[in-house]
Amino acid sequence: MEAFTTHTGRAVPLRRSNVDTDQIIPAVWLKQVSRTGFEKGLFAAWREDPGFVLNQPEYQGASILVAGPDFGTGSSREHAVWALQQYGFRAVVSARFGDIFRNNATKMGLLPIELPEDAVERLQDKIEANPAKEFTIDLERRELRCDEGGVQTFEIDDYTRWRLLEGLDDIGLTLRHADAITAFEQNRESWLPVTA
Amino acid sequence: MGRTLADKVYDAHVVRSAEGEPDVLYIDLHLIHEVTSPQAFDGLRMADRTVRRPDLTIATEDHNVPTTDILAPIADPVSRTQVETLRKNCAEFGVRLHPMGDAGQGIVHVIGPQLGLTQPGMTVVCGDSHTSTHGAFGALAFGIGTSEVEHVLATQTLSQRRPKMMAVTVDGELPYGVTAKDLILAIITKIGTGGGQGHVIEYRGEAIRSLSMEGRMTVCNMSIEAGARAGMIAPDETTFAYLEGRPHAPSGADWEAAKEYWRSLRTDDDATFDKEVVIDASELTPFVTWGTNPGQGAPLSASVPDPASFEDPTRRAAAERALEYMGLTAGTSLRDVAVDTVFVGSCTNGRIEDLRAVAEVIKGRKVADGVRMLVVPGSMKVKAQAEEEGLNEVFKAAGAEWREAGCSMCLGMNPDQLKPGERSASTSNRNFEGRQGKGGRTHLVSPAVAAATAVTGRLSAPADL
Ligand code: SF4
Repeated sequence: MEAFTTHTGRAVPLRRSNVDTDQIIPAVWLKQVSRTGFEKGLFAAWREDPGFVLNQPEYQGASILVAGPDFGTGSSREHAVWALQQYGFRAVVSARFGDIFRNNATKMGLLPIELPEDAVERLQDKIEANPAKEFTIDLERRELRCDEGGVQTFEIDDYTRWRLLEGLDDIGLTLRHADAITAFEQNRESWLPVTA
Repeated sequence: MGRTLADKVYDAHVVRSAEGEPDVLYIDLHLIHEVTSPQAFDGLRMADRTVRRPDLTIATEDHNVPTTDILAPIADPVSRTQVETLRKNCAEFGVRLHPMGDAGQGIVHVIGPQLGLTQPGMTVVCGDSHTSTHGAFGALAFGIGTSEVEHVLATQTLSQRRPKMMAVTVDGELPYGVTAKDLILAIITKIGTGGGQGHVIEYRGEAIRSLSMEGRMTVCNMSIEAGARAGMIAPDETTFAYLEGRPHAPSGADWEAAKEYWRSLRTDDDATFDKEVVIDASELTPFVTWGTNPGQGAPLSASVPDPASFEDPTRRAAAERALEYMGLTAGTSLRDVAVDTVFVGSCTNGRIEDLRAVAEVIKGRKVADGVRMLVVPGSMKVKAQAEEEGLNEVFKAAGAEWREAGCSMCLGMNPDQLKPGERSASTSNRNFEGRQGKGGRTHLVSPAVAAATAVTGRLSAPADL
């Protein structure tokens, strides 16, 4: 996984609530068997509309997505995270995230930042007032700072933060406890089903 | 202090816990399908890892599969590659697979329970958000992403935090003609698409206890539409009766031992929930969605709401956008909304009881002119049983299409799709923009409402016929 320490970049406001993962990456894109090339499918249906915010010249190259509440609801497709990352996003800000999306994001190093709904809206206003404005995300300090000095702190648990800062792979961490897994397996009920 | 059902199942699967770290949670059953697994198997290969417990893993082909001509190669080369990739991966890592054409093939959440692999007290995961379905048996079952699929393949565990607990209590009796689907749609509209976020929902109360296993699966299936990763129902005699004699259910002395344990899987009287909602079943009527998220629903007897009636500005904006996408005008009676397509199927409502409900309504009637009706069984086993009962003949006589098993128009990854602007009444679980095909418009309904709608061509309940 890609480590996340600090990131500075421009942001783009997505003023929609309930942006489900079917919108982030439509099903037709899920037929791929590789992990790359999903940026083309990001918000594929919405991007056909020239008025869509990601099509505006002032937001090209933005790397922080600031979205309405309930972002990433619906399908478990991790492709949604891959598409956002491959398009160039490093973080998504929303008042609420779908549980599975949030989980997938932290596994991949895309930072989900949860802020109160009014704070998200103020952020969107700021961005619209000046799309060139830069923001810095400092994961160590749990801060989202904007270039004229505004600071917004956000919550993230210590463990996830540590894993993101270090860019650690969860499987490797779990395999340190392989003995505990084996011991657990020896005590499972014999009547539990097997597929074999 | 007392524990909830979910706490009990969770506790029984903690392999390791340490202050400040997530728990290592053991997984009893890992279900796999072709869409969310290829990158996980690739990851295993790259790290030179194996599947730790192929004997606790099972795969099926469901999302991409065509529902006609299933013995011919899949026409879409990209879909075909994905299905072939699953076959190669299963062969290489020794995972049991039910491929297209196999009598055991079907939607991943239909085949687990059907085989008796889903049992009370188990942990069940799948790279699919509707894994919540299996919670109907009192299992802790939830969807995971591809990174976590790889994690389970490699370790048979997940790194987890204890979820919060939410109780949805449904008191009273569902009125005649009101089904499990109407109930869950009403629950989602009440608590919202984020209402269960971060929680496991336990469904309780008289109306829940009275549901069949199929009905319970329909309810738990759509927990994710209410924002909850998992939904659960305490196992009882209905659960045991469903399980008894299934291929992978315990038998003999094991059956008795298992039942004794399963009976302990209920929330203690003094347990507390982080959130509680109470619903009166007797007030419910057939329920449908009008918008583009599953929380945008209303009784069939209502009208398309006026966005201005929503106080919350975010919900108002969402309603405005939804009406525009859906091509609906506020104030239109929902019973006046005409559809082009009726889809019966999916992991929400593709089981035998659902097909029987549809057949009961449509028997001796005709699908309205200009309406296409697709009936897609959730598994080949469901298909065989429906044919044994003659349901296929009922559907065909009415003018509906009877198909092979798969996800089909629930998400339109195969050729079963809506065209832009087309409108469906669908027994599936998601009415998102473009879910059933680009530009398609979806109304989520129960099987009974789907059948009545097919007959009239407008959103209807059987009582309207
Ligand atoms: S039927 Fe629909 S919701 Fe269920 S697993 Fe298939 S695509 Fe997903």
